[in-house]
Amino acid sequence: MQSFTKYISGIFTALKSLLKGMGVTWKEFWTKKVTMEYPENRQTLVISDRWRAELIMPHDENNEHACTACGICMMNCPNGTIRVISVSIETEKGKKKKILDKHIWDYGSCTYCNLCVITCPSDAIVFNNDFEGAVFDRNKLVHQLNKPGSKLRDKKK
Amino acid sequence: MNYNQPLELTGLLSHLDIFFRNNLPPFWASLVESILVLITILAAYAVIALILIYAERKITAFFQARLGPNRLGKYGSIQSIADMIKILIKEIIHINRVDRFLFYAAPFFVICSSVMAFGAIPFGKGLQAVDFNMGIVYLLTVSSLGVIGVLLAGWSSNNKYSMIGAMRSGAQFISYELSAAFALMTVVVMTGTMQLSEIVENQRYAWNIFNGHLPAIVAFVIYLISGHAETNRAPFDLPEAEGELTAGYHTEYSGMQFGFYYLAEYLNMFIIAAVATTVFLGGWMPFQLKGMDTFNQIMWYIPSYVWFIGKTAMLVFISLWVRWSFPRLRIDLLLNLEWKYLLPINLVNIIAMVVTVLAGWTLTGLFPNIFGITP
Repeated sequence: MQSFTKYISGIFTALKSLLKGMGVTWKEFWTKKVTMEYPENRQTLVISDRWRAELIMPHDENNEHACTACGICMMNCPNGTIRVISVSIETEKGKKKKILDKHIWDYGSCTYCNLCVITCPSDAIVFNNDFEGAVFDRNKLVHQLNKPGSKLRDKKK
Repeated sequence: MNYNQPLELTGLLSHLDIFFRNNLPPFWASLVESILVLITILAAYAVIALILIYAERKITAFFQARLGPNRLGKYGSIQSIADMIKILIKEIIHINRVDRFLFYAAPFFVICSSVMAFGAIPFGKGLQAVDFNMGIVYLLTVSSLGVIGVLLAGWSSNNKYSMIGAMRSGAQFISYELSAAFALMTVVVMTGTMQLSEIVENQRYAWNIFNGHLPAIVAFVIYLISGHAETNRAPFDLPEAEGELTAGYHTEYSGMQFGFYYLAEYLNMFIIAAVATTVFLGGWMPFQLKGMDTFNQIMWYIPSYVWFIGKTAMLVFISLWVRWSFPRLRIDLLLNLEWKYLLPINLVNIIAMVVTVLAGWTLTGLFPNIFGITP
């Protein structure tokens, strides 16, 4: 007899729990959908600050950057994506100095490991959020990061 | 009481019939009409399958907080047409060392049984192709032919996944067919007829689920559960459990042969819902109240096929809802559910229904003035 009551009560507990489960999915049916419709929502798209898309070298309004051409980013790059090409010049005081000529970064072979940004002693390069980097020619993926005519920012005294 | 029914198709159909009978000898008229009915049914079969596939993908997405197909056409509405074109032009891959004849015959068993059951459904007033006086038995018989196709597919594929899937399907189908049949028989006890058109006609003022109240509701729930299991859909989808068996019995099929299984699966879902609608929810009969002619007239303005599609769509939605709520059953739990729970409950239920009918406790028996079919 006891097993019979257990059988009957088992049916009702099972029904109750099934209905509870269906209640959960019913609520889920009406929740806000998380799908982002990408090309349409370009204006409102929110991308995390940590997202690493394109390596850039920030320039200020005087067209000056912070890169001292030390080459640490190039040495730390695991797959040779960065090439720092420097030239030696002579300052007015007659000292020899190495300055940046071209900072070349290849979008196509970068693994976005962030080692260059972490190790840069003068914080001259950062990753930005512009992820739409597709182009039709792979030569266009090789970016020169320093703008033409830019020069090293003087250290604050 | 004759109500104004502006949107019904009966007038159009009888005009067509008269046109053919006047212009052709009787044999040819019948032949032409039969062919027209066949074409209509096949077209409806394909169209309903496309709509169901779209609805399933959309509803599934909504249950998972996604949007579903939304690129092709407005709200992705022609996505399933694109899928159909794709599957039609796909290559049928010839598998080595299969039992060639049975392998190619198997999908036709599945699709034929599905189409045969589809033909017997009353879609609306005057919209029923096959109306036997033992319609329910016919439906059960032809829908159980489908398992032959599944078993043949598993056996002839020469593949262990297919074999295991087909064996599971066989065990599941034979078990649950019993419950489905008993649940329908419960209603037959009450209605006293197996003819689908008469069953619908008898539900004019009280749907069977209300007329038989408690035993009818139990039978309805059992029919939905076992019907769900018969169509091999989640949570009863062990025959194709993709995590364990790749795709179960149709692992080796490609192109339109696979498409047949796919089509039959969706249409079987529709057929189960349609039979449940016809037998329990009043079929195409509009909701009517005895004596309230204005209300009834308004209800009759909605054509009967819309009533039918609406009720069926609701049941299809419930089946999708169940699908995305519950995890897949293990094979022993599946058989446990059938043989230890559904079948005994069903047998008790059928006796309860007999007592209800004999004692006159149905709604039509208790309140013949409100629910009785005779005026």
